[in-house]
Amino acid sequence: MAKLYSEKKLKQMSPKKETVNFLLNYSKALRISTYKKLQFESFLN
Amino acid sequence: MEHTEANDAFLVKSYIEGNENSLSILINRHQHRIYSFIFSKVFDKDVAEDIFQDTFIKVIRTLKRGKYNEEGKFLPWVMRIAHNLVIDHFRKNKRMPKFENSGDFNIFSVLCDSGLNAEKQIIKDQIEADVKELIKELPEDQLEVLVMRIYKDMSFKEISERTGVSINTALGRMRYALINLRKVIEKHNLVLTN
Repeated sequence: MAKLYSEKKLKQMSPKKETVNFLLNYSKALRISTYKKLQFESFLN
Repeated sequence: MEHTEANDAFLVKSYIEGNENSLSILINRHQHRIYSFIFSKVFDKDVAEDIFQDTFIKVIRTLKRGKYNEEGKFLPWVMRIAHNLVIDHFRKNKRMPKFENSGDFNIFSVLCDSGLNAEKQIIKDQIEADVKELIKELPEDQLEVLVMRIYKDMSFKEISERTGVSINTALGRMRYALINLRKVIEKHNLVLTN
């Protein structure tokens, strides 16, 4: 039973590769434009 | 530990300056810890995945907007965002409770037959038949009002017009009909409940 909650098992947990790739692509596509004190978000395809 | 924090700070600075690869390193470095933290709270892989994604979307937007205050505490900051999103998740679920289906989906957990089962239906029919027999013991004028009100669903105004008595008299006959019916039930020790 103790093995189920071992530190090793928790450390191995990680998000799907697709999720990480989505985040990296999201970051690449996101642009923040600033006009005076306003900020606008835009996505580049 | 300080070395790692310094690296994080350097990578964050590099990312803000436009180096997208720095974000990849930061995510790879901390993904296990952040994801495990989220999963340990929600115990659902899909939900953990969603919250992990939302956490980093928030991180990315904050960093790109230049609103991150670098104090060498990148990981605690991300963990705080994840923690807040976990709380939001539970708050949202409290407002909109979901049907939990761990493992095999059971259609009867979302569907139920609100009607009576066969046994209860038989009992109900028996009780109604007994009551029909009992009301025959009532005086004719009371029986007439009770039948019109209960079985024909007529209003007391309609009953008074049909029987040619005042509404108050019809109400009084109904009241005495119920009182007498209770007396008959008590007298015979009848149980008329389902």
